[in-house]
Amino acid sequence: MLRTFRIGGIHPPENKLSAGKKITPLAIPKQVIIPLGQHIGAPAQAVVKKGDLVKVGTLIAKAGGFVSANIHSSVSGKVNKIDNALDASGYKRMAIYIDVDGDEWEEKIDRSETLIKDCTLSPKEIIDKIAEAGIVGLGGATFPTQVKLMPPPGTKAEILIINAVECEPYLTSDHELMLEKSEEILVGVSLLMKAIEVNKAVIGIENNKPDAIKHLSQLVKSYGNIEIMPLKVQYPQGGEKQLIDAVIRRQVKSGALPISEGAVVQNVGTAYAVYEAVQKNKPLIERVVTVTGKAVPAPGNFLVRVGTPISQVIEAAGGIPENTGKIIGGGPMMGKALISPEVPVTKGSSGILLLTKEESVRKPIYDCIRCAKCVSICPMGLNPSLLMNVTEYTEWELAEKNYIVDCIECGSCSYTCPANRPLLDYIRIGKGKVMGIIRARKS
Amino acid sequence: MILIAVISLGAIGAIGALFLYAASRKFEVYEDPRIAEVQDILPAANCGGCGYPGCAGFASACVNASSLDGLLCPVGGPALMTRIGTILGMEAGKAEPMVAVVRCNGTCEARPRINKYDGAKTCAIVSALYGGETACAYGCLGYGDCVVSCAFDAIHVNPATGLAEVIEEKCTSCGACVKACPKNIIELRKQGPKSRRVFVSCVNKDKGGPAKKACANACIGCGKCMKECPFEAITLANNLAYIDYTKCRLCRKCVDVCPTGAIHELNFPPKRGGTCS
Amino acid sequence: MENNYIVSPSPHIHGGDSISKNMYGVLIALIPAFLVSLWFFGLGALIVTAVSVSACMLFEFLIQRFLFKKDPTLWDGSAILTGVLLAFNLPSNLPVWIILIGTLAAIGIGKMSFGGLGNNIFNPALVGRIFLLISFPAQMTTWPVPEALPMTYLDAETGATVLSILKGGSAELPGYVDMLTGHMGGSLGEVSAIALLIGLVYMLLRKIITWHIPVSILGTVLVFTGIMHLVNPVAYANPLVHLLSGGLLLGAIFMATDYVTSPMSKNGMIVYGIGIGILTTVIRLFGSYPEGVSFAIFIMNGLTPLINSYIKPKHFGGK
Repeated sequence: MLRTFRIGGIHPPENKLSAGKKITPLAIPKQVIIPLGQHIGAPAQAVVKKGDLVKVGTLIAKAGGFVSANIHSSVSGKVNKIDNALDASGYKRMAIYIDVDGDEWEEKIDRSETLIKDCTLSPKEIIDKIAEAGIVGLGGATFPTQVKLMPPPGTKAEILIINAVECEPYLTSDHELMLEKSEEILVGVSLLMKAIEVNKAVIGIENNKPDAIKHLSQLVKSYGNIEIMPLKVQYPQGGEKQLIDAVIRRQVKSGALPISEGAVVQNVGTAYAVYEAVQKNKPLIERVVTVTGKAVPAPGNFLVRVGTPISQVIEAAGGIPENTGKIIGGGPMMGKALISPEVPVTKGSSGILLLTKEESVRKPIYDCIRCAKCVSICPMGLNPSLLMNVTEYTEWELAEKNYIVDCIECGSCSYTCPANRPLLDYIRIGKGKVMGIIRARKS
Repeated sequence: MILIAVISLGAIGAIGALFLYAASRKFEVYEDPRIAEVQDILPAANCGGCGYPGCAGFASACVNASSLDGLLCPVGGPALMTRIGTILGMEAGKAEPMVAVVRCNGTCEARPRINKYDGAKTCAIVSALYGGETACAYGCLGYGDCVVSCAFDAIHVNPATGLAEVIEEKCTSCGACVKACPKNIIELRKQGPKSRRVFVSCVNKDKGGPAKKACANACIGCGKCMKECPFEAITLANNLAYIDYTKCRLCRKCVDVCPTGAIHELNFPPKRGGTCS
Repeated sequence: MENNYIVSPSPHIHGGDSISKNMYGVLIALIPAFLVSLWFFGLGALIVTAVSVSACMLFEFLIQRFLFKKDPTLWDGSAILTGVLLAFNLPSNLPVWIILIGTLAAIGIGKMSFGGLGNNIFNPALVGRIFLLISFPAQMTTWPVPEALPMTYLDAETGATVLSILKGGSAELPGYVDMLTGHMGGSLGEVSAIALLIGLVYMLLRKIITWHIPVSILGTVLVFTGIMHLVNPVAYANPLVHLLSGGLLLGAIFMATDYVTSPMSKNGMIVYGIGIGILTTVIRLFGSYPEGVSFAIFIMNGLTPLINSYIKPKHFGGK
């Protein structure tokens, strides 16, 4: 019996069209647009100005606070301007424009393919290197990694859980990375274990990636203390709390952090980035992006420099099909619809999904028939139908009482609703409102 | 038989009445009768525009207040406050009549749609998601959260322009729409003599270029109006002009110099002389 | 203007489930029971069902079109389902005019007066049935004797049902085989236990309903009547007789599981089911009516909002 999380869950069609497609490096664009806010937390502060020459890996923006991350240039060339740019958030925000000239890297970066297993650094030094490299959670949440590696006082990590479930339909970037960079990932996992001083790590992989499970299971024997755990395919298993429940059978309480149950969760892509940062001195300047969609001519996985316009990545997969209705940054369940294909790839872009016009249109909304399907599939054990209603009628007290802030915005409710109700649309707003109220009450 | 029924029913009734009487005496709560009196003349819209929870809350606030300064029922206006003052034997406070103003003129023609929104139809959800269907991330979204919030049917979205429009005769300046608008476009402004007003109908804080590109009617922050104004009523901040309605004397010089037509005049008689053909 | 892409909040895909899929799913599950009723009640079953379904659809159309002034959602299947369920709760020799009154009560009072599908408190078919049961007790409690493909309608020969026999009738009880196949007196759709159970299995497999409501109702009735039978086997019948007779299976599988009027959380569903089971047994054993399923479901329908507000789904990380 394979493990999975114990409350709710759905199984949307997997549609992993780009599975098995090798990671192809994408040509460097003529200009990159690197947003200053690519992570959760305070935007980074630019440390370059117009006209400055930068190399690949040059620090161009410094973390703007405790929860923030450094940003490095992904190309070599000249800073064109620092101005507003439309990014995946749907708003214009500050970004650094760099005109590309050649491909010159910072000297300290080791660009060889040789695997370096040994590391003599102390936990503190590892975390510092991770912070310096600007690594954020690459699963999509983009939470600065170093913050997660420093548990608040009074708590102690017991286990490192590596999120390799890739439960979003369509996306395959983590899957491909596990096949091609498996040793590097395992070294990265060991480094993370060292950083948080635990002697046990579990890599959770959904059972729809048997090749990755087999491959890693063979390699892992020489690493010790790392376990590969195949999991039953169930969305949203990649949710932090869901994964912890699936792997160690503990449920993080409402409002608590995973560390309260002794767990630290990191994405498998993050583990690879940690390897590169610590062993190769390479900051986070590129990532694997899946380009996919039923109408896309050649879906694939590409190694893309941060700041590359999405349109160029799509070009590599055969261009934007004629009847494209929606361009999504991320997967179909939690990704963001993009206004224009000119927004740049950021650290958190795990995939680009193009839906056809027919797939994009929402169906007409009917009255709730209280079938309770949303209740039974909600992975947090909430009542989405009720939460939508209380948000509509601005009953914030009721919303808080019914744990609206626990919603992980996985979208399973809207996906399931037979009356096509926009449950998550409303709940997301209500959650924001209630979180604001709670913050105001605390201060 | 009948007698027994009558007697027993009567007894039950009498006992019940006694019980109710005792309960009402025991649990009686004293309330200033003037609260009910004031509440009677309030509009009973419970809009919350006065800042109190409903009309009953406002009535008790009036009765318990030492003076009526700062207390205003925006629906009833000064006339109503005078009547409340008469009941309570106090002077009504000073308050200017206000009206809601929608500060966006990004009509469908002026502000082309660059994408199509297909989600739950409320402004709050759209603005949480992204900048909106046009290139202007500040303008009216047209999904009518203000319309839903208005208890007086005084604001509607005009399908021809895609913008919210206030019906001045119905507006009570309760401020519900101001709170409901996620873009903070709606402002309460002084009603002005004969409802005449001059205001900047734009809240776009982008620089001139992008603002103009996103919307033909945008304020580009050029500052011409500021220089023209003889009363120093216009300030410029964040690439945006703002007319202080307490200083504006309605001379309308700014209207003429604005290069994009972002400054609006309302309810003025048509200009005489000069025939335009 | 070249590329006006669609923007909407996530999720961007939908599972493809719809109200009509669920409604037609229930209708498919009712087919076996319908076939059995055609066999035993023949022409009468056909007329009653046809009249009930078409009248329900007609009233739904008229009310939505002319009272609500909006586009009728006739083909979502909910009106058809109400019509079929109402017919299944009627004797097969019921005159057309009574059926029409029943359908008007079901759709007009039971459903539309609350604002249509999704807003009603009580199961519409149940409202129709109870309306008729109270208004026309004589016609509603005389059931035709089952035969093979009878061509009679109003003039069908009538007989007693299992429950009326238990309540003091003199006739002999039918055997278990007859009760399973449906060879006994009763309303159209309630007679055959096997046909109804096939429907249940189909709905469970297609995940139209969950097991919680039917199992908790049937389990409660079984336990309650079982205890009473052990206490006094002469006065109280065998629990299996109770399980297979009357409208219990039809009610537990198809009427009580109505989405709109049943609780939303799993625990709530179980409480609701136990409530129906207890009320049914109490009415059957101690009440003056021989059958109590419809009243039991009706009462628990009314308590559903209360159950919903007190019994919440199991919360992640909660106890």
